[in-house]
This record gives sequence, structure tokens and C-alpha cells, in this order.
Amino acid sequence: MTSRTLTYVKAFNEGMHQLMAADPDVFLCGEDVAGYGGVFHMFDGLLDSFGKRRVFDTPISEQAIIGLGIGSAARGLRPVVDLMFMDFLGVCMDQVANQAAKMKYMYGGTVSVPLTITTAGGAGMSAAAQHSQSLEAWLAHIPGLKVVMPASAYDAKGLIVSAVRDDNPVVVVLNKKLLGVKGEVPEELYSVPIGQARVVRAGTHVTVVAVGRMVQEAVKAADILAADGVSLEIIDPRSISPFDTATVVESVRRTHRALVVHEAVKFAGIGAEITAQIQDEAFDYLDAPILRIGAPYSPVPFSPVLEAVYVPDAARIADGARRLVKRG
Amino acid sequence: MSEAVVQDVDHAIEADVVLDLHRRMVRIRLFEEHAGKLAEAGTMPGFLHLYVGQEAVAAGVMSVLRDEDQITSTHRGHGHAVAKGALFRPMFAELYGRTTGYCMGRGGSMHINDLSRGMLGANGIVGAGIPIAVGAAFASKYRGEDTVAAAFFGDGGSNIGAFHEAANMAAVLKLPVLLVCENNGYAEFTPQAEHMNLEDIADRAVAYGMPGVVVDGMDALAVRAVAAEAAERARAGEGPTLIEAKTYRFFDHQGIKGMRIPYRSPEEVEEWKERDAIRLIEAVGIDRGYASAEYFENVWEEVLADIMDAIEFAEASPHPDPADILLNVYTPDRPTQDAIVATDPAQEGLDR
Repeated sequence: MTSRTLTYVKAFNEGMHQLMAADPDVFLCGEDVAGYGGVFHMFDGLLDSFGKRRVFDTPISEQAIIGLGIGSAARGLRPVVDLMFMDFLGVCMDQVANQAAKMKYMYGGTVSVPLTITTAGGAGMSAAAQHSQSLEAWLAHIPGLKVVMPASAYDAKGLIVSAVRDDNPVVVVLNKKLLGVKGEVPEELYSVPIGQARVVRAGTHVTVVAVGRMVQEAVKAADILAADGVSLEIIDPRSISPFDTATVVESVRRTHRALVVHEAVKFAGIGAEITAQIQDEAFDYLDAPILRIGAPYSPVPFSPVLEAVYVPDAARIADGARRLVKRG
Repeated sequence: MSEAVVQDVDHAIEADVVLDLHRRMVRIRLFEEHAGKLAEAGTMPGFLHLYVGQEAVAAGVMSVLRDEDQITSTHRGHGHAVAKGALFRPMFAELYGRTTGYCMGRGGSMHINDLSRGMLGANGIVGAGIPIAVGAAFASKYRGEDTVAAAFFGDGGSNIGAFHEAANMAAVLKLPVLLVCENNGYAEFTPQAEHMNLEDIADRAVAYGMPGVVVDGMDALAVRAVAAEAAERARAGEGPTLIEAKTYRFFDHQGIKGMRIPYRSPEEVEEWKERDAIRLIEAVGIDRGYASAEYFENVWEEVLADIMDAIEFAEASPHPDPADILLNVYTPDRPTQDAIVATDPAQEGLDR
């Protein structure tokens, strides 16, 4: 397999091109996805390659966009519908949570909804309180949905492929600050299994479960701490639901310490669930309480000064890991 | 000479249509009456939104749809399912929460569906089926089929955002959809005059650039005629139509007799019952000599026998096994198709 360096957004875009070329049932719609290629250029070139029958713009009507995806997926198509910002879940949550997620179960298994919802989450761009949130915990709380959060160029491509090929509704949350991040990406079409975490870096002292963009920060923290002889094992869950508990637990049983970090609000964030899972299955192995790092209990601020404090970073992760090591 | 032959042909079609509409409506009426009684006796769990009074709408629209055409329904969805051809046995079994039901006992009254007959499900959320019907219609257009979709909703449902978003989307994408508003005068217990400043909901069609039609929702033949025209437009690629059928709910919002104080007068209810759609079509059939009173009586008896059989079937059916509580939350993974599950280069140290 031939690999070369691509940005996260280009890797995602290549995945979309290859998926659409491979399967005539795949189509794309959403706000400004066709003519404009998506506000983050996620969908550049798709209109030219596949035409307006398969790639089209919709009115600003998130409920109708998701509904169009559900109805056509129930009839066997494989729609990719884009929700420009994750925050817009607020205007279509009924279609996502009450319709797409529950259809298979409440209709007795007689229908599948192979729907992919793409969206962009995360803070760090001074986009303020309604364009910066990380709402994965909302989605993970709804049985019937799958939620993936690629943190590398490789996973951005591999996970969109898996999402579109999955027979369930999958929400693919891209991170706005990772769009330009580069990584090795195979040219061929490949998939990254949903529900399988990735051990980003092997280590011995602390297991760091880092969600989305926090993977990058955790790697920086590991570099900082390496100088002090503290070794972090970094796990990127990639998939929030289903969650790969086994990989995390196996790691914690070796390191005896766990730190969970995400950029979503800490209170009732997905980190609370991950922490509970570790506690359930690795309590006797722990040398220190599990540490959670997340955003403060406030909307995302606009001010760059405030936002920098709001979003966790490598320094906070390193500081937390040091404290954990001291405990043990 | 040739004229006489043509008249004979028309006459035969018309008779078939009348008898078909009649049977569909009787099937709905008896299903609902029996379901209502069983629920109120506590024999069945949950609560029911019954369709009695509105039968002409489901029967009229469904009589012009094919099996492959899709519909989405409402919380008051049994009538749509029956009219679309759903079977009594799995319907009653579902209301009883049994594994032989349409939802294997997981959905109940508000999620009755029959995907094999294009019934994409009743829905517990007002208006939520409308965007889904638009999606089903999109699939028809995408595949170049001449199938259509119909979304049923009420006067109350026409006030929710999903209706307006879906109507606009259907119009701008020119999708083959019938938006069928069953205006029974009440959004649950709130009369129309208190929930919108409009007399005719069909007027809302203007806002989306589609035709809007008002029809007498107690006259199954009239509903059928407007639905036929809308379906023809849709199949021809001319886009959606909003149909407002003025009808009435003989029973309460939930169950046969509600728990609340009266929110409508007995006189009003009696006035509408005078125009009972089933009695109206029986009168048409007898007047035109399509069938006798005995024929119609027989239909009621035949359908009643089917109802009794279905209730017996449902009551004898097994409850779900608690061990299966996670069944159908997800569709299981398929073996990977032509995608290569690659080794992540990052794992091989290429990333850093």
C-alpha cells in the first residue's frame, strides 16, 4: 500500500471521493456542501466529480436535512448529510435522537438506517459559544447511534469510510483545529473499524485517554514529561460509541494510573463514563484516583485569552500526569 | 354504441373503487373500536390514539398508492397502517407487546409499521414523519423510480418546524410527495382557532410554491380524487402537493372516552357523526346500485371475524424474552466489503 502525507481534511475528502466512486448509492447533501465544497473544504471537488444529482446544497433546514437522510437510508441509500457545526444538533436533535437512532429498534428490526452525519466540533477559533462545542456526550447517551471522532489524517479517511459502510446511523465529528494537521495516509480505500481504540504511544507510568484534539496535546505532554523520566501511554478511543473499554482497561492494569482528557465540559462529559468504566474493571489495579481534565462548566468564551484557558492543553495534561505519578 | 361501452367500463371501475374504499374503512373502524375497548379494559398495555372518524382520509389516499409507495404516519397511525395493507394479526400482537407483533413488542401502538408494504412507521413525535417521507421520496427520485411518498400529519403537526422545513425542501427539490394534513379540528385538546390564525391549512402551500387543496375528509371518493391528482403530479416529476382533508375525531385524543372535562360539545360530535364516512359511502354504493345493504353487512361481519382471529392470535403469542432486551438496537456489522482494513502507518511509527 502506498502512503503519502496528507492533511486531515484532504484525507477525509479523499475518502469521500473514493466512497462515492465505489458505491452509486452514496450521496452527499447539506448546507453549502456542493458549490462551496463545505465551509471547511471537506467536500471540495465532489460536485465536479459526481454531479448535482449526488452532491447538492440544501436549504438551512437541519431537521429536513437529517430527515432526508433517514428516509432515503431506510430505503437503502447511503446518505452522507452534513451538519455544518456540531452545535446545530440543537435544531435537529429530534431527527437524530428520536428518529434515526431508534428506528431499527422500535420498528422491530425491520429497517436499517445506514446514515452518516458529518459535522465539525471543537473550540480554539474564537467562534464563541454556538460554534465551538464538543457535544459527543449528548450523542453517546442515545442507544442506536455510533459516534466517531478522528484525531489523525489516517483516521479521518478510515473512519468516514467505515461510517458510510456501516448499516447504522454514525456521526463523524471532525475537529476544526485538526483540519490542517498532516499525517501518513494510504492512497487506497481503507477502513478503520468503529469501536477500536488506537494506542498512539506506548508508555509505562500513566494511561492517558485523550479524545479528539486532546490526542495532539497528550502527545506534546508526553514529550514534555519524557525529559523528567515520566512515560505516558496515550490512547485515542477514536470511537466514542461504541467505546473500546478493553484497550483502556488493559493499559490501566499495566500503568496503574489513568488520566482522561477531553475538550468538552468536564461535568457529565464522556470522561465521566470512561472514568466509571475504568473504575468498574480496573479498580484494584489503581495506585491513584482517576484524573479527569475537561473544560470548565461554562459556555465556550469568545475572547482568545479566555478560550486559551478554557480548552485543556499539554501543560495541564503534563501537570495532571505529574500529580498522578507523585501519588503512587 | 361505443359510448355505451365506455360508460360500462367507467361504471365497473367506480363500483370497484367504492367497495374497496368501504372495506378499507370498515377494517380501520373495527380494528380501532376493538383496540380501544381492549385498552380501556386494561387488557392491553400503554395508550392508544384512535383513528375512528377519519377513515376516509387514509382509505382515500391509500387507494391510489401502490405497495412500493411509501408513507409516514403519526401517533394516530393504526388507520394508515391498515389502509396500506398491514395485517391484523401482527398489528394486534404489537398492541399486546408480543414478539409476533410488527415491532416484536418493542414499539407498540405509536410505532406500528409494515416496511414490506411501504408503511415507514407511525411516530410518537408530532410532525417528525414528514421529513422522513421527504427522504423516502428523494430515494424514488434518486433511483429514477415513479414511486411516491405520502406524509400524514394533523392540524397540530402543521405548526411544527419539521413540517415547514420538509415542505420547503420537498418543493425546492421537486420531490414526489403528498403532504396530507388531516385537519380534525384539534391539536390534542386545543381547537384550531386557538392554535393558528388560518381557516385553511392548505393555504400554507403558497409559502412553499406548491399546490394546496382542501377536500372533504369525510368523503372517501373526494379524498381519492385529490390524492390521485397529487400522486399523478408527483409521479410525473412535478413535485409535492399539500392536501388538507377536513375531518373529525369521533373518539378522544387518547382512548375512546377521555379523562378530561369536555373540550368540545356533544352536539358538535353528533353533527360530525351524521356525516360518518362509512355510512356515506354505503349510501353511495346502494344508490348507484353497486352493492346491496346485505353486501355491506357481510363486509362488517367478515372483517369482524378477522379481528377476532387476530385478537386470539395476539393473546396466544409469546411475550419477549428479557434476555433479548438489546435486540435490534444496532444492525450487526457486516463483513468488510471491498475496503482494505489497513495497518495504521502511525502504529508503525510513520506518523511521528
